[in-house]
Amino acid sequence: MAELHGESPLAARAETLAGSSVPGAVQLSEVAFTAQITLRVDPKSPAAERIGTAVGTMLPNQPGQVARTEQLQILWMGPDEWLLVGPEGSAGRIQATLAEALGEDHGSVVDVSGNRTIVEVTGPRSRELLAKGCALDLHRRSFTSDQCAQTLLARAGVVVLCRDADEPSFWILVRASFARYLADWLADAAAEYRDRTRQAASVRTLANGSDR
Amino acid sequence: MMLIPCPWCGPRNETEFHYGGQADVPYPAEPQELSDVEWARFLFYRANPKGLFSERWNHQAGCRRWFTVRRDTTTNEIFQDDSHEAVTR
Ligand SMILES: [Zn+2]
Repeated sequence: MAELHGESPLAARAETLAGSSVPGAVQLSEVAFTAQITLRVDPKSPAAERIGTAVGTMLPNQPGQVARTEQLQILWMGPDEWLLVGPEGSAGRIQATLAEALGEDHGSVVDVSGNRTIVEVTGPRSRELLAKGCALDLHRRSFTSDQCAQTLLARAGVVVLCRDADEPSFWILVRASFARYLADWLADAAAEYRDRTRQAASVRTLANGSDR
Repeated sequence: MMLIPCPWCGPRNETEFHYGGQADVPYPAEPQELSDVEWARFLFYRANPKGLFSERWNHQAGCRRWFTVRRDTTTNEIFQDDSHEAVTR
């Protein structure tokens, strides 16, 4: 029998992302194979309350709000819809927990792990980089830690998740079929930081040379 | 570029939305009773006012919910005074 083999949507762009990272400015990498479950249930129903108890935190009820547990991030996706993101291999367990808490009530629990992959963008230039292709105000006063937004980044539909506003860290959840395009766009958008670092380095070399 | 206020996500660029045409066009209660002309009127005939117009929008690239806004078709001004309940029905 053939060996099961999985390749993440950005496996072919791992070098591109790593090569575009500039220490002290911006780092890009893929967070592959996370478990992602879409939950739909009436937020005012007893089922929603049972689910909150089962996962260990109430389902966030504000647009763009993210709730966290030790293992999970629960993203508000709509007034009756959430995306639960967990570590690799936990999809079955999350699904079972949700399905059991939902019981016979009206709602749905769907494994969508294969739908999107994640690009992690960290570093002090993260906001500036994302702002090149995103119309949202990403300033920390309006988009802060544990907030998410579904929007367009470089015309591709994404979910932007602010993991940390103080030491800027963002997750960009993007559909697998758009991932390589977005990775290429991010690499291009980050090129100026690498070039700037190189220029600074060559200026230093020149300066040192003239000293001699 | 219009800035359209999604009742859930707040103001977003027009490019995130899909237009749904005139709001409050009721589905016929007894569609099988309708003549071809009446059916065509339900399907294809829409108001086209110069001025205030109630219309449906879908926040396609965002929360993917339908809502209703009132827009002035001459100025593209969108009126945000509608209650949350009214626009999300
Ligand atoms: Zn919305």
